Amino acid sequence: MRIEYFIMVDRIRSLSTKDGLVVCEATVPVESTIYQGHFPGHPILPGVLLVEAMAQTAGWLILALTKFERFPFLSMINDAKLRDFVTPGTELVLEARLMHEGSGFARTSNRVLAGDKVKCEATTTFRVLPFPTPVFRQSVTAHALQVGFPAEYVTNAG
Amino acid sequence: MSTTFDTVANIIAETCDIPRDNIKPESHAIDDLGIDSLDFLDIAFAIDKAFGIKLPLEQWTQEVNEGKATTEQYFVLKNLCERIDELKAAKGA
Repeated sequence: MRIEYFIMVDRIRSLSTKDGLVVCEATVPVESTIYQGHFPGHPILPGVLLVEAMAQTAGWLILALTKFERFPFLSMINDAKLRDFVTPGTELVLEARLMHEGSGFARTSNRVLAGDKVKCEATTTFRVLPFPTPVFRQSVTAHALQVGFPAEYVTNAG
Repeated sequence: MSTTFDTVANIIAETCDIPRDNIKPESHAIDDLGIDSLDFLDIAFAIDKAFGIKLPLEQWTQEVNEGKATTEQYFVLKNLCERIDELKAAKGA
């Protein structure tokens, strides 16, 4: 997890479009300036960043479903529950499951675990739109390979 | 068994917190009920799930933007329900 770059997923552990499921991993940084404010003497990962981590996890699944033809832009967050503190150094497992792939949108249910404990969960909806620029698409493609995006889903990526 | 309109009206009422009695077959989802595109995603999700179909929202939007169709054809509820029935029939064919 590289908070300063808003990169919340370290690695894709598994991804299946057939099952509509992606599982990712992320380690919460031990050091970050964010903890100076959130909170002094009680450092925890802000809940909004956990929601972003769930959205990015789901995003990898949707990118695979669209074969990198389109990008999922987060549009709605529902039923978000932040169940427990997430502290520096925690190793997280992030899961996203496809609920529905509609026309120009997709909805996923997501959760984040530390060990066998669910730390948070949310439902997320995305507008799934053509990549706005080739540069953006190339950048996402390059990052996908860095985080272990399964090569068979990247074949159409430019 | 509820009609397509009843199901759609109930979805809209629940999703957008609009009194059920205000939702008529002649209502335009956008102009009369004030439903915006984001709320309509919620409605589309619920309709897709309720009827086992996939509303072709992108195709409809493109047709409207290109002047090939009017919003009334897709977003007046009685017309929307006709489209839904067509999609249901096509799925069952």
